[in-house]
Amino acid sequence: MNAPSTPQFCLRLLRRQLVLAIRRPIEIGNPLLFFAMVVALFPLGLGPAPDKLADFAPGILWIIALLSNLLTSDSVFRSDYDDGSLEQLLLSPQPLYLSVLSYIGAHWLVTGLLLALVSPLFAVMLNLPAAGIAALFASLLLGTAVLSLVGGIGAALTVGLKRGGMLISLLILPLYMPVLIFGSAAVKAAVIGAPAAPYLAILGAMLSLAIALAPVAAAAGLRISVDA
Amino acid sequence: MWSFFHKLGSPPWLYGIAGTILRYLLPVTLLALVAGMVWGVLFTAPDFRQGNSYRIIYIHVPAAVVALAGYYVMAIAGAVSLIWKMKMADIAMKSCAPIGAALTFVALVTGAIWGKPTWGTWWVWDARITSMLILLFLYLGVVALYEAYDNKEAAGKACAVLSLVGTVNIPIIYKSVDWWYSLHQPASIKFTGESSIDPSMLYPLLLMITAFYLLFTCALLMNMRAEILQRERRTKWVRKLVEESA
Amino acid sequence: MPLLAADNLSLERGGRQLFRDLSFKVFPGQLVQIEGANGAGKTSLIRILAGLSRYGYEGRVSRSGAMLYLGHHSAVKALLTPRENLAWHVSGEADFSDRDIEHALARVGLYGYEDVPSHALSAGQHRRVNLARLYLSQSPLWILDEPYTAIDVTGVGELETLFAQHARAGGAVLLTSHQAMAVDYPVSRLDLTAGIAS
Repeated sequence: MNAPSTPQFCLRLLRRQLVLAIRRPIEIGNPLLFFAMVVALFPLGLGPAPDKLADFAPGILWIIALLSNLLTSDSVFRSDYDDGSLEQLLLSPQPLYLSVLSYIGAHWLVTGLLLALVSPLFAVMLNLPAAGIAALFASLLLGTAVLSLVGGIGAALTVGLKRGGMLISLLILPLYMPVLIFGSAAVKAAVIGAPAAPYLAILGAMLSLAIALAPVAAAAGLRISVDA
Repeated sequence: MWSFFHKLGSPPWLYGIAGTILRYLLPVTLLALVAGMVWGVLFTAPDFRQGNSYRIIYIHVPAAVVALAGYYVMAIAGAVSLIWKMKMADIAMKSCAPIGAALTFVALVTGAIWGKPTWGTWWVWDARITSMLILLFLYLGVVALYEAYDNKEAAGKACAVLSLVGTVNIPIIYKSVDWWYSLHQPASIKFTGESSIDPSMLYPLLLMITAFYLLFTCALLMNMRAEILQRERRTKWVRKLVEESA
Repeated sequence: MPLLAADNLSLERGGRQLFRDLSFKVFPGQLVQIEGANGAGKTSLIRILAGLSRYGYEGRVSRSGAMLYLGHHSAVKALLTPRENLAWHVSGEADFSDRDIEHALARVGLYGYEDVPSHALSAGQHRRVNLARLYLSQSPLWILDEPYTAIDVTGVGELETLFAQHARAGGAVLLTSHQAMAVDYPVSRLDLTAGIAS
């Protein structure tokens, strides 16, 4: 019975989180359902004119992706805080930075990745020109990972509070804005035939920065929350 | 040197020294504010394009500059309290947030008032205004997080982490918003380009910026004194202080 | 060399001094019971010793070697089976073989429940899944907060035997409990109400 190596441990955490998510499939389905329903709101609010919707589609799709990510962020550490697993994680000899990264990675796999995969469907419903769909997929793939990482900080800071749900939005929405700007810009660029790669590159840069720093802040937040 | 740090950790000493500093700093601040306003409003020529309405920059620009700097003061105080577990840094950080939020709000309101005669509308999604709005959200996030925690010690640490995260993000947000604005803004009606400012207008502006920095310092010290009294309300020295003043 | 050393611990909560200048050491082979009325600061002290509380107290805690901490919450996921709960435990303490896990679960009376989803188990059985970690643990120092909660009389007896066994083998156990331990091993008591260690 030797202590597991760190990569082994992280993979095990990832697997644990994914199994937990898969055994409660509605939790995975909810954000997608939310996405579909909010997509339906826009034609009702803005009018069904296809050209108008196509004009706004990049922004609309990105804003909904952002909101559905926001709604699930709160749950990243919540159940582990409630049942005491988080205490055990903090006392573990394994590096907390990588453990936190595994949690956030699992969250991204069941929210952001799935959202990116189904986004072409919603794009078609909103009349997004076909040229923009690849850029939408790629920008969501990169962008939602940044959102999950930043959301993890908010989740860590509010997990000890009884009502963290609204507060977490106030904390992290301002931090989401750069992702929204470049994510929707990538799609818009692709729609008018301009290269989307520069925007995706900037999203990639944001992702690198977020991977490097966000787990540090989230880990500090978890220690504070468990202490409080 | 060590004795200085030791004293910094002593609430009565800090309360006293902040009071002494305020006694001298407050009159200086008031003088600088009045002098800057009088100079800017009465002794500068009207702008050849905007007439007299531009004079609001003597409030708008200093408030915006100090609001942004205030966030960094807050984050640095937060870092100090996280790293060295210094209670006074915690108090300083906590006291910064409402002042910074108020200054950001002033910058936004004066910006809107300035916008009406200049652009013909109260609100324009201009890069700087949008950035200021996000800064206001960041400040309010810190205030909201602090209030949400019952354990004020944990609240301080959590806010310190949040303000450090904000510090990393502010340059990214500013650059993103700047870029976003340039993408959506035809060059012909660009207001935020490099423009030269006449020295006769610049000097009173610099004086006003200095005055706002002093004002920020005064407000911070007063806020910290109030917070120290609040936290130390059960101690002997605060009780004695209250009895003496009663 | 002590497994745990507390040096001048003082804690104040809500204007009340819970303990002041508390110093003690826990050596291999020791069984220590922390006693005190409700609100005396037992859990607060345990959390400081375990390293979960890092602010708000004065003094120093030093630990040598690995530690196993069991708190009020059982850290058992209802959606996982007892086997998965132990095999994928977030504490990352060790790699357990299937046989070890089955053995440990049998010791806490959960033989046959290895692959039942935990939400089908009672609160007491959840506690037992958590306690199975004691049978798997290789950490010399155990810090346990109210380990007997929701455990029946026979279970308590078995745990006490286990604690004595662990101490005899060169480990140390530090626990909080309201009831006196009926065990054939010397127990050191730390009474927080009186503020003195004996």
